Amino acid sequence: MTRFLDPLLSAWSSVVAHKLRSFLTMLGIVIGVASVIALLAIGQGAQAEIVSSIESLGANLVQIYPGSFSGPGGVRGGATQTLTLEDAAAIEEQIAHITDVAPVIQSSAQLIAGQENTSASVTGTTPEYRTVYNLETETGAFFSDYDYDRAARVVVLGATVAEDLFGEADPVGETIKVNGNIAHVIGVLKEKGAAMMSPDDGVYAPLTFVQQTSAQQRTAQGDHVVSLVALSVEDGGYSEEVTEAITKLLRTRHRLLAEAEDDFRLMSMEELVAQVSEAMDIMVIFLGAVAAISLLVGGIGVMNIMLVSVLERTREIGIRKALGAQERDIWIQFLIEAALLSFTGGLIGIASGWGIAAAVGHFVSELTPLVTANAIILAVSVSVGIGLFFGFYPAFQASRLNPIDALRAE
Amino acid sequence: MIRLEEITKTYQMGSRELTVLHGITFRIEPGEMVAIMGPSGSGKSTTLHVLGCLDQPTTGRYFLDGKDVSRLSRHELATVRAQKIGFIFQSYNLLPRMSALENVKLGLKYAGIFDTSLAKEALARVGLAERAGHRPTELSGGEQQRVAIARALSKRPQVILADEPTGNLDSHSSAEIMNMLVELHREQGNTLIMITHEPDMATYCERIIHLMDGLVLREERI
Repeated sequence: MTRFLDPLLSAWSSVVAHKLRSFLTMLGIVIGVASVIALLAIGQGAQAEIVSSIESLGANLVQIYPGSFSGPGGVRGGATQTLTLEDAAAIEEQIAHITDVAPVIQSSAQLIAGQENTSASVTGTTPEYRTVYNLETETGAFFSDYDYDRAARVVVLGATVAEDLFGEADPVGETIKVNGNIAHVIGVLKEKGAAMMSPDDGVYAPLTFVQQTSAQQRTAQGDHVVSLVALSVEDGGYSEEVTEAITKLLRTRHRLLAEAEDDFRLMSMEELVAQVSEAMDIMVIFLGAVAAISLLVGGIGVMNIMLVSVLERTREIGIRKALGAQERDIWIQFLIEAALLSFTGGLIGIASGWGIAAAVGHFVSELTPLVTANAIILAVSVSVGIGLFFGFYPAFQASRLNPIDALRAE
Repeated sequence: MIRLEEITKTYQMGSRELTVLHGITFRIEPGEMVAIMGPSGSGKSTTLHVLGCLDQPTTGRYFLDGKDVSRLSRHELATVRAQKIGFIFQSYNLLPRMSALENVKLGLKYAGIFDTSLAKEALARVGLAERAGHRPTELSGGEQQRVAIARALSKRPQVILADEPTGNLDSHSSAEIMNMLVELHREQGNTLIMITHEPDMATYCERIIHLMDGLVLREERI
């Protein structure tokens, strides 16, 4: 037992013998590991946050936008008028595994309530919109099929809009003006607070009502143009099957030739989550790489000190050799010392990185940093690895010292 | 038994060659206590380095315990040092960060012995049982040299090599150390070779080999 413990204890006593120097040497590793841990924790926390906020919009959501992904001038959207109410109806009729379909006409509008006014995006849609996007009302209710059928002049407000117009008061039962048209507020949505595509900032009204308040565009065939069609599939697993079926259906309906590109875009939540995750992964890797540079600098510090230490202890090495130490014994002794220095630095670094991440999480309420086991394993093995790598050369030098010269050293 | 045959040692000093040993030949029987004397530059330190397997001769042969050790690898030389040779130096050469006991244990460790009781025994034998936990800086010169003796003898080597063991000590401590060396040498029956330039110290030995300019000048039995 002592056989294996002995070199470790010996290395420890030598690290402790020069406390300040050891600490300063470790500092490089500490800063490197701490920044890796903190950045990974914050990056992964942000990623988890964004993914969960997207998923809160409905994990089974599929959105269809007009316009194609590519073409002259890049993505064409907004101005293109290729998606229609009739498309939405066809999808609802013909595609399997769909629970709800909600066509949407989106426009921006001036809202006035008493003295207050604000501008918001008005979403004209069907009552299914509520289930497709997982919306819940705080007070009142979402508009119904009855409201839709008779083009009722009713609106449901997003949480932020409600607060802008009415403050703390309950807006249900009040009337507001939407681009000059009087409408009754029948509900306020629960605050979602999602970072992306938040429904808090919108106003929701029956599509039939919106059609009456503004000039509606039609295609050459006389179909009603919509801004997007949102739908929910029975289960996330059907996303791919459903998007394929829709693509086929819409291409037929739009009479696209085989070589022509789609004139619409399909975006499922699953796909969006995957895309965002990928983008975040790249960011995390990039941040990690920047932090890794400081680890490298820390490693060079370890090497520097080990070289000084070897020089300082030349006589000790000579004595050990005279006593019969093999080169391997000397080599292992200095290597363990370097590894111990950087390992201890790594442990302190993990603790400080964790602390930094926790502090950031404390001050930025939207963010919960995630310190993963993987990050810790990575940090520990990288710091020990750095010690071994940068300790190798000094240890090798020590082991090859000529015993007579070493004994003569002061 | 130790036998040196026509040992020469030449150092490369830049472009110049410096020959320190010009052909040393002598033999030392097992259990003998021999002093090697000579003025500075006579080659006595180099001879000790060769005897201690710290250095290898340029030419010539060195038989230790019937085995030619003049052409061994660095690894094999370290093994010979660990198993068969105990060093005692003029400046003690204890590790300053270790206690007396740990210093003695270090000598045993490289010989592959992990038995603390042996180290304690050796310290007790040199009269330092009470001071086992002290660091070298807390010990007098004589005491430090006694720790070094305990370190050299605890592994019971065949050969003890002492390089001016009393060179840094006053006459009282010197006599004490020499008496102890003689006593332990008789007790353990190992071969003791001592380098010295003090005739007083050499008289403790059974035989003196005088060196001069890298050659054996004469041998003298006491």
